[in-house]
Amino acid sequence: MADGGSSETHAHSGVHAHYYVPSPSRWPAYCAGALLLVVTGAVLLFSRILWGALPFAVGFALTAYIAVRWWGDVARESEGGSYKGWEDMSFRWGMAWFIFSEVMFFAAFFGALFYARALSVPDLGGAHSKVVWPGYDAVWPTAGPHFSSAFETIPAFGIPLVNTAILLTSGVTVTWAHWALKLNRRRDLLVALALTIALGACFLALQIHEYQDAYANLNLRLDSGIYGSTFFMLTGFHGMHVTVGTIGLIVIFGRCAAGHFSPDRHFGFEAVAWYWHFVDVVWLFLFVVVYWL
Amino acid sequence: MDATLPHPAGGAEHHGEHAKLRGFRAVAWHYLTTTNHKDIGTLYLCFALAMFFFGGLMALGIRAELFQPGLQLVEPEFFNQLTTMHGLVMVFGAIMPAFTGFANWQLPMMIGACDMAFARLNNWSFWLLPPAALLLAASFFTPSGATAAGWTLYAPLSTQQGVGMDMAIFAIHLMGISSIMGAINIITTIINMRAPGMDLMKMPLFCWTWLITAFLLIAVMPVLAGAVTMLLTDRHFGTSFFNAAGGGDPVLYQHIFWFFGHPEVYIMALPGFGIVSTVIPAFSRKPLFGYPSMVYATASIALLSFIVWAHHMFTTGMPVTAILYFMYATMLIAVPTGVKVFNWIATMWRGSMTFETPMLFAIGFVVLFTIGGFTGLVLSIAPLDVQLQDSYYVVAHFHYVLVAGSLFSLFAGVYYWLPKWTGRMYNETLGKAHFWLSMIFFNVTFFVQHFLGLAGMPRRIPDYALQFADFNMVSSVGAFGFGLTQLLFLYVVVNCVRSGKKTTEKRVWEGADTLEWELPTPAPYHSFHTPPKLRWEGHRPIIAAE
Ligand SMILES: [Cu+2]
Repeated sequence: MADGGSSETHAHSGVHAHYYVPSPSRWPAYCAGALLLVVTGAVLLFSRILWGALPFAVGFALTAYIAVRWWGDVARESEGGSYKGWEDMSFRWGMAWFIFSEVMFFAAFFGALFYARALSVPDLGGAHSKVVWPGYDAVWPTAGPHFSSAFETIPAFGIPLVNTAILLTSGVTVTWAHWALKLNRRRDLLVALALTIALGACFLALQIHEYQDAYANLNLRLDSGIYGSTFFMLTGFHGMHVTVGTIGLIVIFGRCAAGHFSPDRHFGFEAVAWYWHFVDVVWLFLFVVVYWL
Repeated sequence: MDATLPHPAGGAEHHGEHAKLRGFRAVAWHYLTTTNHKDIGTLYLCFALAMFFFGGLMALGIRAELFQPGLQLVEPEFFNQLTTMHGLVMVFGAIMPAFTGFANWQLPMMIGACDMAFARLNNWSFWLLPPAALLLAASFFTPSGATAAGWTLYAPLSTQQGVGMDMAIFAIHLMGISSIMGAINIITTIINMRAPGMDLMKMPLFCWTWLITAFLLIAVMPVLAGAVTMLLTDRHFGTSFFNAAGGGDPVLYQHIFWFFGHPEVYIMALPGFGIVSTVIPAFSRKPLFGYPSMVYATASIALLSFIVWAHHMFTTGMPVTAILYFMYATMLIAVPTGVKVFNWIATMWRGSMTFETPMLFAIGFVVLFTIGGFTGLVLSIAPLDVQLQDSYYVVAHFHYVLVAGSLFSLFAGVYYWLPKWTGRMYNETLGKAHFWLSMIFFNVTFFVQHFLGLAGMPRRIPDYALQFADFNMVSSVGAFGFGLTQLLFLYVVVNCVRSGKKTTEKRVWEGADTLEWELPTPAPYHSFHTPPKLRWEGHRPIIAAE
C-alpha cells in the first residue's frame, strides 16, 4: 500500500508529539515458530515418542534466545532514548493488565481448591455418594475416596512460614532498591537487588527441599488425589513465577550494573518490581489457604 | 518520508534486513516482520477468512451426514471430531481473529493514533495463530484423530481421548496467549493513544465495545488456560481435578469452563455491536441514538456476563437456589441488550436511510440477533432448559447469535470499510446478492432447527429418529446454500481488492462520521504520524488545519 497521503496528514496535524513505533522485527514470528517446536515436542513426549525431547529442548532454547534478543532490542531502544513519557505510560498499562491476567490464571486454580473443599469432597462423603464410596470420611486433607494411599501434609508453621518471611523481606529489599535508584545511589541499588535475588534463590531452594521432603517422607505427591493436585499445582505455578521473577531481577541487576536506568526513567526496573510484589501477594494467599487453613 | 515510523514494503531499501529479497519472499518477509497495524489487521482478516472456510467445510460434512437419517458418509467418531473442530475453529480461528483484525485496522484510525501501542507484540499475537491452526488441522491425521469431546472439551471425555486432545489443548494455549497479548495491546491503545480531544465519551462506539471486550479477554482467557492445563495434568501427570475417585469432580471443569465460556459469548458479540453501531448511523444519516446508554449497556452486559455462567449447567444437579439465582441473573442481561436493540431501531427512526450492503447486513443483524436473544431468554428458563439442554434448539439459538450476529456484523464491517482500506468499491449488486442469499439460506438452515430441538432431537449425534427427517433435509439444503453463498463473498472481496472501481473520495459513505473518514482514501500506510488536532462538529471529529 502506498505511503502517498502521509505527508498531507502530517501537515494537518497540530500536536508534534511522536510515539515510537519500532521497525519491522523478526523476533515475534520466530518466537511463534519456537513455541510451535516446544508444543510439538511436548505432544510427542506425551505420546511416549521420546525423540520429542529434541524439538522440545531446541524450541525451549530458541524461545529463551529470542526473548533475550527481543528484550535486548527493547532495552537498547530504552537506553537510546526512544521512549518518552508517552511510551512509558503504555508500558505501565500493559504491565498492569498483564499482571491482572496472571491473577486470573491463579484464580482458576484457587477456584478449583475452594470448589473441592466446599463442594466436591463434602458431596463425596454425602448421603448420595455413600452407595458408591461406603466408608469414605471426606475429611480434608484427602486423596479422594478411591486413592487410599495415606499422606501427611506440610505444616504451615515450618518451612512455609520461613518462606513467607523470606518473600516479605524480599518485598522490602526490592523497594529499598527502588528508592536507591530514585536517589541515584547506585551502590545501594546493586546491594539491595543482590539481596532480593539471594532471597528469591533461598525461597526456591527451600521450596525444592519441601517438595523432596513431601515425596520422600510424607508420601505427598502430585497424584495424591485432589489435595496433591491443588497443592502441587498452586505452589508449583507460584514457584515457576518466583523463578521467572528471579530471572527478571538478575537481568535488572545486570542492566543496573551496566549503568542502565536513570532516577526518573526506569520502567524496566519497576515492571520487575511489580511482578515481584504480585508473586509475593499470591504467596500470602497460598500460605493462608493452602498451608494454613 | 517521516523517519519516526517504519516504512512499507515499497520503501524496503531503507531496511538492511530485507534489502536483498524480491518477489514472493520479500512479501512473506515483510508480513512476517511487520509492525504496522494495517498489515497485521490484514493478516488477521485473511487468516480468519481461511479458518472460516475450513470450519465451514466441516459444518458441511456434518450437514451432509444429517441430510438423511442413518449413517451414510462418516463414522460416528469422525462425526464427533467434525462437530468439535467446527466449533473450535470457528470460535478461536475465525470469529475472534476476524474481530481482532478489525480492531487492528480501525482502532488507531478511529482514535487518531499512529499505530497500536505495542507494535511488535501485535505481530507476535498474530503469528501465534497459524501454529495453533496447524496443530488443530494436523490432529485429524493422528492415529486417534482429532479431539471429539465437543468444543467445550468436557471432562471426563477430554481426560480420556487420544493425542488429538493434547494438540487441541496446546492450540488453545497458543490462541489464548495470542488473545491475551492482543487484548492488552488493544486496551492500552484505547486508553493511552487517543488524540487530544478524543475523549472516552466521544470516541466511536466500536472503540468502546472493543475496550470492554479486551477487558473480558484479559479476565477470562487465563481462566480457560487454567482449565485446559488441569485437563493436561489430569491426563498425563496423575492429578485428580476432574476425577471423583481422587476427590475431584468433572462438574468442576464445567464451572471453570463456563466462567470463561459465558463472557466468551460477549467477546464474540460486543465488537459486532460496535460495528453495527457504526454502520447503522452512517446509513441512517443520524447520530447514534443514546450513545451514553449504549456505553453503559455494553459495560453492564460485560459485568453481568461474569455472574451467570451456570445457566449452561442447569442439568448437572445444582442446588435449586443456585439454579434460581443463575436463571434470574441471566434474564437480567436481556435489559441492557434490549437497550441496545432499542437504540439501533431508534437510530433508524425517521433517518434518511439507504440500503447499501453494509446496512443490509447491519439490519439483518438486528433482526436475527434479536431472535437469537429471545431464544436465549427461553433457554435461561431453568424448567424449560431441562427439556432443551443439548437439543437442536440450543444449536439454533447460538447460531442465530454467532452467525446472524457475529458473522453478519463482520460482513457489514467488511463491506463498510473495504472501500476505505483499498480505495476501491466492491460490486454493490453482488454484495446485495450475497446478503439476500445469506439471509435466506441462513434461516432455511437454522430456523427449522428450533422445531427439531423442541421435538427432542439431540445435538452432536450423527443419526436421528425418522420423524426428524424432513426438517433435517431442509436444514442441510440451506447449509449447502449458505456455504456456496460464501464463495460469492470471497469473489466479491477479491474482485474489489484487485479490480474494483477506484475511488479517492475521503468520505466514501455520505453519512460516515468517524475519524477514519477524514483520512485520504485509500487509507495511507501510516495514518497519523503525530496526533491530529481535532475540531468537533457535533459528534463528528474533523481534522483541523493548522
Ligand atoms: Cu452463557
